[in-house]
Amino acid sequence: MTWIIRNLWLIPALPLLAAGLGALLQRPQRRLAATLSIGSMAVAFLIACGGFAMTLGEHTERQVHNFPWFQFGETLLQLGWVLDPLTASMLVMITFVGGLIFIYSVGYMARDENFTRFFCFLSLFAAAMLGLVISNNLLMLFMCWELVGLASYLLIGFWHHKPSAAAAAKKAFITTRVGDIGFLLGIVWLYHETGTLLFYSDGAGCLEQGALAKLVAQTTVGGMFVSTAISLLLFCGAVGKSGQFPLHVWLPDAMEGPTPVSALIHAATMVTAGVFLVARMYPLFNAQFTTGLTQDSVLPPISTALQVVTWTGAITAVFAALIAVAQTDIKRILAYSTVSQLGYMFVGLGVGGPAVGMFHLLTHAFFKALLFLGAGSVIHGCHEEQDIRRMGGLCKRMPVTFTTYAVGMLALSGFPLVFSGFWSKDEILHSAMNWPVSKGPFILALTGAVLTAFYMTRQMWFVFFRPRTELSLGRGDGVHDFVPHESPPIMTLPLVSLAACAVLLSIFATPVWPWFDAYLAGHLSELHLGWSGDAATGIVMVLSIMAVVIGLGSGWALYSRVGDGEAIDPIEQRFPGIFAALRERLRVDEFYEITILRLSRIVTALSDGVDRFGWSACVDLVGFLTVGLAWMSRYFDQIFINSGFDVSCENLRGLGRLAGRLQNGQAQRYLRILAFGVVLLIVALAWMGDSSR
Amino acid sequence: MNPLHQYLLLSAMLFSVGLAGALVRRHAILVLVGIELMLNAANLNFLAFWRYGGNPEALTGIMFVIFAIAVAAAEAAVGLALIISIYRHLRTSNVDEVNKLNG
Repeated sequence: MTWIIRNLWLIPALPLLAAGLGALLQRPQRRLAATLSIGSMAVAFLIACGGFAMTLGEHTERQVHNFPWFQFGETLLQLGWVLDPLTASMLVMITFVGGLIFIYSVGYMARDENFTRFFCFLSLFAAAMLGLVISNNLLMLFMCWELVGLASYLLIGFWHHKPSAAAAAKKAFITTRVGDIGFLLGIVWLYHETGTLLFYSDGAGCLEQGALAKLVAQTTVGGMFVSTAISLLLFCGAVGKSGQFPLHVWLPDAMEGPTPVSALIHAATMVTAGVFLVARMYPLFNAQFTTGLTQDSVLPPISTALQVVTWTGAITAVFAALIAVAQTDIKRILAYSTVSQLGYMFVGLGVGGPAVGMFHLLTHAFFKALLFLGAGSVIHGCHEEQDIRRMGGLCKRMPVTFTTYAVGMLALSGFPLVFSGFWSKDEILHSAMNWPVSKGPFILALTGAVLTAFYMTRQMWFVFFRPRTELSLGRGDGVHDFVPHESPPIMTLPLVSLAACAVLLSIFATPVWPWFDAYLAGHLSELHLGWSGDAATGIVMVLSIMAVVIGLGSGWALYSRVGDGEAIDPIEQRFPGIFAALRERLRVDEFYEITILRLSRIVTALSDGVDRFGWSACVDLVGFLTVGLAWMSRYFDQIFINSGFDVSCENLRGLGRLAGRLQNGQAQRYLRILAFGVVLLIVALAWMGDSSR
Repeated sequence: MNPLHQYLLLSAMLFSVGLAGALVRRHAILVLVGIELMLNAANLNFLAFWRYGGNPEALTGIMFVIFAIAVAAAEAAVGLALIISIYRHLRTSNVDEVNKLNG
């Protein structure tokens, strides 16, 4: 079965092909465009499943396929793909969730006139993300990373006639670019130190023992290991892409795109790229720990890079969850919840390793896609209404959406036992509790869990449960009143499939059968029936359940009294200041506005001034000199050269006039002159004849 | 003064009369008459030089003159035709007024 590893490139190539063909289609060829995209995803899913099957089993070695890309001088640049449990699980997730989102889009975008273009961009997005996942080379990963950024730009700004969408697209692109600078520097540094960007290459890759030992053996500014410095630079890229504090500002604005795009960005592609990057580069991040070079020193047993990852994630998890409490846009709440959950993933990576973080990534991908698609269904049913204060009572009118949304919401909140979110979050909490450095991330993560359950309850209440007397919805103009309706089956079917997955995935990571951990580590796990954990596991589980219950309970208690209409939020009544600050998203955007943006505007004004008054003056001076020279030259021409020619021309003309007067057309005069000449000739001849004699 | 000189003098006078006529007359026909006189003066010169020259037996001189008279006849015909054409064109035969070739 080496066929799969050699042809792993087909997985991203198929959606890319679909995108390329889709770009050539005409607007009315909607069915063809959708078929192409969905078909390519389906085939990619099948291949991914084949790859996934290969990584199962007892002796799963990491398989790589490297090939030379080009050579300059003595340097051979190699690209390649890698098939290991990390890649395989991501591939299956992306193609499956992505495919469902594609199918959903057929219904959601049915009335959009740029339907074919939308599918072209979607395919490009999926292709870029799949390429990112399979690449065995940091450079190729970076290229796909940027392609993901480009596709997200195109999709967030898909309704570019809306100024807010265009601005959000630019913001997403530029904000992630800030992180990408660090990423690129990290790549360059890594290449400088190890001379290769291949991850795995029979012992010569940059993530293998030889290179890592070399990296941790050197220190750089501030006594940091080179591996730590490079890891932190790479983490900058992950922070930007995965919307971590302080570069999270683009993610909520990215809600301006169509809802399937939001689902794709938040679940399958884009934001998970950052988490995946850290998981992929985990040996580098963790380098200090594995080499044993630091045994004598008193350095903490966890590498600095992983500590940074953990703390960034923990702070983001609470920070974003707090903001989500006060938002009123259904999609914005979910956006902040994504930011918060991504924080969890980083905590998981930091404290527990790739398996913990990646499992939360996978479960989150399913239930967050579910939630976004559910939100899209709600928005669709309510005629493009996104404000939860104007919704309500939808649980009877949209039963399928309601049920699936509830599953997603419970999974996100981490409701016990049958929802995947509970197990993945529990694992993170458990690892965080055992973290030797600090208990801070554990407490923060627990707080975040309470908040998550709370704001999801608030949203559920507003959207689905709140009793509603008036039947009118919409923008409140009173003309287009209508009753909210359930979405068509092409939109509800993906919802049901995702809801099923959100529940079923939970069986893969229970403490009873920690299959996923073992899978990522590359060996088979055993099924322990019965309680296998220690007391701490039990405590964490109880704490986590308590957090969920507190969140749900307090949310229900606070909001179930909120009736119809746009009543004041109960929290706003009690703590208006805090609530307003949260609603203003803690004014991070405004802070950037008055600091970085203002600074950049000042710099812009300065350089504008320099251009205008400095360089422009120089250019003008040269211009004036040239013009003066031209004037001089012109006058010289006019006065000297032209007049000289004029004089000689005048003389010539006078001469001509004289000559012309001779020729008056009278034959007799010519004849007379002739005769006169002849006489003169005769006289001369006679005279000369005399003298010659 | 031998007879050759006398002929030459006669010829010169005839030429002068013809030249004067060609130069001072206004009427085109009379200009043509002057030209004919000059031609005949030349013919007279030919005959005189032939008759009193080194070889009067060969008929060279008289042959020249007969040719010249034939050519003169042709030339007179052409000249008269030109004059008639000019007259028809310009309604005049005064050569002073025929100055279309002035510069």
